Amino acid sequence: MDDVSHQVSARETGEQAIIAKLSGVTRDYPAARGAKPLHALGPIDLELKQGEFFSVVGPSGCGKSTLLDILTGLSPPTAGTATFEGKRIHGVPDGVGVVFQEDATFPWLDVEANLSFGLKQLQLSARERQDRVEQALRIMGLVGFRSAFPAQLSGGMRQRVCIARTLVTQPRLIVLDEPFGSLDQQTRLLMGDELLRIWRETGATVFFITHSIDEAVMLSDRVGVMSARPGTFIDMLETGWAQKRDSRNVADPHFGKLTGQIWGKLRGEALRQMQLQNDVAL
Amino acid sequence: MRNLGPPLIFLVLLLLGWDVLHLQIANGSISSPREAGARLVALMSGARFWADVGETGFAFVIACLLSIMFGVLIGVGLGLSRLATEAFEPILVTFYSLPKVILYPLVLLAFGLGASAKIAFGVMHGLVPMALLTRNAIAEIKPVYLRSANVMQLDGFATLRLVLLPAVLPELVGGMRIAFSLSLLGVLIGEMFAAKRGLGFAAMNAMGLGDINTILAIGLFLGTFSVLANVMMLSVERSLRHVHSNSVTQAA
Repeated sequence: MDDVSHQVSARETGEQAIIAKLSGVTRDYPAARGAKPLHALGPIDLELKQGEFFSVVGPSGCGKSTLLDILTGLSPPTAGTATFEGKRIHGVPDGVGVVFQEDATFPWLDVEANLSFGLKQLQLSARERQDRVEQALRIMGLVGFRSAFPAQLSGGMRQRVCIARTLVTQPRLIVLDEPFGSLDQQTRLLMGDELLRIWRETGATVFFITHSIDEAVMLSDRVGVMSARPGTFIDMLETGWAQKRDSRNVADPHFGKLTGQIWGKLRGEALRQMQLQNDVAL
Repeated sequence: MRNLGPPLIFLVLLLLGWDVLHLQIANGSISSPREAGARLVALMSGARFWADVGETGFAFVIACLLSIMFGVLIGVGLGLSRLATEAFEPILVTFYSLPKVILYPLVLLAFGLGASAKIAFGVMHGLVPMALLTRNAIAEIKPVYLRSANVMQLDGFATLRLVLLPAVLPELVGGMRIAFSLSLLGVLIGEMFAAKRGLGFAAMNAMGLGDINTILAIGLFLGTFSVLANVMMLSVERSLRHVHSNSVTQAA
């Protein structure tokens, strides 16, 4: 690991508690008409440390989103166990917030109503609800847009609303599924900075799925590299970034070394995944 | 009311076409718009006309409300269950393509002569399109809305009330416009074949007497009412669609 000015070991906190754990998790999909059953994922073993920023990169179709579904309780594993804060995951656990790749803002609600919508199921006083909304609006730079409807916002702003809607619930684990996938490169970098700031301010654990190696390396403490389908972890890298970091670390020589290292692992898998998809198409 | 322009232009063209038909083709056997208008004014000054309007209006309002209510319920049920869709949608589509008038004797047997039969016939016209449009709207909903509701731990009813129905509201209003027109059609047809009151009966009576003026006057009244109501609903639908549209327009 190169020695660079802002590079110290991530979260120099010694042993961190485990917030979520996947043990021997697999996911099979039943056979469609005339096709074989699909073994989409696993076996996966993973321990997410409390407060870490963990990213997953892998070829398209390798099962990253399936992994997200299992970790968030949106769908059960075929085999193995998934736990959050020591409890087995059945349905979406309290304390888990999800930001999806697609624009999930509700177009019939303005920004403020979108944010408070996330609190509907929580037993909170009106004051507490309003405080949380105000805080999320402030953190995400949406104060001036509280009365705007999603159709009046750019794609980046709508994704901020989605993140803010997750933040109001004060999740201990924030799971993001390629949240910046539809944004241009510059906006992605800036949104990455925003995400890092939120991560530092909230102290939440972040599980970040992306197909961008650069994004994973720039943002994360640890990067899990997945194989072609059925997706398993073929490598796990510690980036070694300091907790206080931002997108300027892309200029760091260590950044290039890490991305090169990941691409070295991933290239063959990406080719294999393309071959798999071609076989299915034929 | 920004949508009034095009329908008004169409209405003027329709009246012009009607006048041309009166002057050039039908050789005076079809009343002119002016004559029909004068007859309508005369009808509107009589209590009998308003009694007919009240009779038709009552049956229509009930039929329209029932069509919308049950249409939405059936549509949501079909939209949420693939099995229900596979089982019932072909039946509904086939039923919709049938000329409903052939079933009217059965409706009369079941409901007897009176308002209930007209209401039932109105519902038979309005319900199916409402159900099918609702089903399509539910099927087209962005899956991420349901996933978000799931993450927020909303139960089934809360998801339906707070996410599904608001998400499909523009399509529902579109469906309501269709249900509105078809329920009115069903009630009028019902009145034409088995009733002693109502605008449909009045039109049928005028047909028997060869009173073209009255027939066209009633048509003018119903047409004006339908166009105005539709324009209003279209305006609501468009404003909802505008709010729902995800076209990117950067806020200031």
